[in-house]
Amino acid sequence: MREITIPISDETIRDLKVGEPVLLSGVMMTGRDAVHKWMNDTFIKKTRQPVGDDLEVYEAIKPILDGGVLYHCGPVVAGVETGEYKFVAAGPTTSIREEPYQADVMKHFNLKGVIGKGGMGSKTLQGCQETPAVYFHAIGGAASLIAQCVRRVIAVHKLDFGVPEAMWVIEVKDFPVVVTMDANGNSQHMVVDAQSQKVLEELLAKA
Amino acid sequence: MQDLTQQILELVRRTSTDLPADIENKLRASLAQEEPGSAAHGALETILKNVALARKNSTPICQDTGTPLFYVHYPEGTSTRKLRRMIQDAVIAATKKNYLRPNSVDAITGKNTGDNTGDEHYPTIHFEEVDEDQPLTIELMLKGGGCENVGAQYKLPNVGMHAGRDLAGVRKVVLDAVYQAQGKGCAPGVLGIAIGGDRGSSYLASKETLLSKIGDENPNPELAAMEQQITEEANQMGIGPMGFGGKTTVLDTKIKGLHRLPASYFVSVSYMCWAYRRRKMTVQGDEVRYD
Ligand code: SF4
Repeated sequence: MREITIPISDETIRDLKVGEPVLLSGVMMTGRDAVHKWMNDTFIKKTRQPVGDDLEVYEAIKPILDGGVLYHCGPVVAGVETGEYKFVAAGPTTSIREEPYQADVMKHFNLKGVIGKGGMGSKTLQGCQETPAVYFHAIGGAASLIAQCVRRVIAVHKLDFGVPEAMWVIEVKDFPVVVTMDANGNSQHMVVDAQSQKVLEELLAKA
Repeated sequence: MQDLTQQILELVRRTSTDLPADIENKLRASLAQEEPGSAAHGALETILKNVALARKNSTPICQDTGTPLFYVHYPEGTSTRKLRRMIQDAVIAATKKNYLRPNSVDAITGKNTGDNTGDEHYPTIHFEEVDEDQPLTIELMLKGGGCENVGAQYKLPNVGMHAGRDLAGVRKVVLDAVYQAQGKGCAPGVLGIAIGGDRGSSYLASKETLLSKIGDENPNPELAAMEQQITEEANQMGIGPMGFGGKTTVLDTKIKGLHRLPASYFVSVSYMCWAYRRRKMTVQGDEVRYD
């Protein structure tokens, strides 16, 4: 299986094709609904002024996301009281909720990939081509296994968003994913949808 | 009556962390059918590794520990009020121990209660009385949100699909439900289907079918044949694990027929993801057995 280390180069990204299983290693960051909205409103669309530690956090995450990977995940984390964090369960969450923001976030931070489940829409697919970046599909429900791939929690930002919504900077080793949207305009989700629809129509016509 | 809170807590732990053998075996058999090196094969491999790891570490198989659905058969004379309290206490304790994620959100205020209690439907508890000399049994199913979201209810006839009010029509709408779900219910899944009833009883019964094991024979031969046909045809669609494409989309199909009003013909499909968590405890005297 192909092994890829983060940060990822544009050449590597353009070379990835839908359907390809990959093992990811390196430093990445989690982010879901609250994070995407915060990034969009504060730094991309700038509809709100940065307040509190916003600018500080922005500077801290920029180098991690540049050539990096954002993971749609709301983890269960042990040790929140002591600060000795450990990921207990860390499966992917449904990505489509970030569709309004994803392409802009990719381009703004020069992301090379996002990880999630369920795939994303045409705006993100377009963003993948322009950035370039890919969509990695993790295995929905494989929470224990993915938590095991998290070797270290490096930092956490915006813990006040709540544990699942905070930005967790983590180091992973051999995180199993599949490329389902590539940087060349292909989406495995659209292919499988079209194929299965054809079979469905045949089956429905049968009696 | 004896306090069973600890024993019910153990039922929750087992349900959340230890996938039943019939499901794991079916997943393993499916792995053997997928092309080595394919995304489908990789997904099933990851799933099976995850199942083993969760069991070993006693951690949730999936972080979405779902809606807790309890099915209780109690001998005549047992206090269901006390049983309900024990089940709620066990659920609160299980949440503290991280066997359950806090999942119960007030639909009006958006506030999470933090302990998986809520109202008389959360956790959901179904009570059914049995004879005095029968054991008390408690079955628990944890049903995740992703797969619940792809469940569907159809009203027959359905003109668009040329689906009439008969089993041929049922087959059509169920196949449509599988297509609509794609991989989003964390395929491969199991289909629980109820035909008839009203909208409420139909959905309830579709979930109840999921209490039986994979491979359990349907007593009605006509429905048994249809279950097999739907499983086979659903898999022909090639949606595959997680929707990556592949041979394994539906692991099994379960169908139950209900009575209905002459005016209504509902078909309800409950989709259960691969993280098909269900366990049963049987209490006889002081003895508690878990299956
Ligand atoms: S659908 Fe099932 S496996 Fe997927 S995230 Fe939800 S509970 Fe987990």
